[in-house]
Amino acid sequence: MSTTDILFYFLSALAIFSAIMVLVSRNPVHSVLWLILVFFAISGHYILLNAQFLAIVNLIVYAGAIMVLFLFVIMLMNLNAEAEPQKHMWMKLAGVISGGCFLMVLVSLVRQATDMQNKSVLMKTGDIGLIKNLGKALFSDYVVPFEISSVLFLSAMVGAVVIGKKD
Amino acid sequence: MTLLTIDWLLFTEKLVLIAIIVFASLGIALYTTFAERKVAAILQDRPGPNRAGPFGLFQPFADGLKLIMKEEIIPNTANKGLFILGPGLAMTAALMTCAVIPWSSHVTLFNRNIDLQVADINIGILYVFGVVSMGVYGIMIGGWASNNKFSLMAALRGASQAISYELAMGLALIAVLMISGSLSLKTIVDQQMQPGRLWNIAYQPLGFLIFFICAMAECNRTPFDLPEAENELNFGYHQEYSSMKLGFYLFSEYVNMIMSSAVMACLFFGGFDIPFLDEKTLAPNLAAVLGVAALLTKIVIFIFVFMWIRWTIPRFRYDQLMNLGWKKLIPLALLNMLLTGAFILWKQG
Repeated sequence: MSTTDILFYFLSALAIFSAIMVLVSRNPVHSVLWLILVFFAISGHYILLNAQFLAIVNLIVYAGAIMVLFLFVIMLMNLNAEAEPQKHMWMKLAGVISGGCFLMVLVSLVRQATDMQNKSVLMKTGDIGLIKNLGKALFSDYVVPFEISSVLFLSAMVGAVVIGKKD
Repeated sequence: MTLLTIDWLLFTEKLVLIAIIVFASLGIALYTTFAERKVAAILQDRPGPNRAGPFGLFQPFADGLKLIMKEEIIPNTANKGLFILGPGLAMTAALMTCAVIPWSSHVTLFNRNIDLQVADINIGILYVFGVVSMGVYGIMIGGWASNNKFSLMAALRGASQAISYELAMGLALIAVLMISGSLSLKTIVDQQMQPGRLWNIAYQPLGFLIFFICAMAECNRTPFDLPEAENELNFGYHQEYSSMKLGFYLFSEYVNMIMSSAVMACLFFGGFDIPFLDEKTLAPNLAAVLGVAALLTKIVIFIFVFMWIRWTIPRFRYDQLMNLGWKKLIPLALLNMLLTGAFILWKQG
């Protein structure tokens, strides 16, 4: 087993374990902290794929900004295990079954996709994830979707300001 | 000597380098606390600590010993695991920045070229940003786990302040990156060292000013030390902490200060460049040592300015802080970015 393999299995185990802990934790704050760990593990995977820019932006945006806002809300609402609404057993069971079905569909979809067949993962070698190539791709091949999504962000921001404003 | 396809010599070399940098940073931070008290004393026209050792030089050790000897108190209602995790995270996030800072060029020891930088990754400055945004968790987790309303309020203040000023900081940074065209700190420093090229401060004076203000806010230094405003929040987010856990929080502030000074020196003041001297004419090892000395000098000057400002300017009110961040610094940074972009386009013709 090479170092990359070991790192891959370690990160995968970490990601899955933390993701399960997100669901299992009774305390919402613990859930958020486990979710941050999931993001770290996923960033680790990005680094294994040599997509360093994606890895660090994933950390800055998700772990650094969005999760902080989650924490804000949860801390201020003062949620705890007693206040948490308890669902029926059969509801939980139905959730698990439907979630499992969805996972199965996703996995089969990925396995059947023609883009994926007979391809191997570019560990440490691909360079599309480097910031230079990513920027070139975004601003040449994908410039229209890129700009449109930025307009979308702007409108979301304006909407948030309008909602947040007291009148 | 390869096992698991790891170059163990490189591994050891980096490990030694990391140990040296971490311990040096902690040592400097130790004496920064002393310098803080001395500078405060000078600015307030009093002698300052002068009992322990000559000129009070052993004062930081006495302070550290005092903190260690204090009783460790964990409040009954606190969330124990997170209460302990908080200061650890604050310290880790503060120290992690040093991985990408180029402390100097390379030295040649035992026929090996050793770079005095732990990792020259091509997203260096973004890495610094990622680590800075992680630093918020130390404050937030500690403040929440204390189960104290004052701590919680202070933690939320600290986090919202950090997020607000990160934006302006990032925008100021983009202008620098437009000039240098690289995210690697080493490349940015190397460019500034080229003959005939000035330091980035000459091209980005406004950007530096914005960056400096934001760095001060990120380190929670006065006039931006709202999370520790005693008259509103008793003692801030580390109210329930005692002994060395409190020490970790106080200490991480100083480590943060050193690291942000180092980043500013690299981005705007040529890093380990010695002004008016072509390092290539010197022997490599001598140049490296002088480079470290130059960078440390710049860091010390920055730290002094930090302290000078702390003991001169009173604290902002919270609404003033937010106004400054969102309504003044961000538009200014955007303007700076636009001007820089227009200038670069004009130069290209």
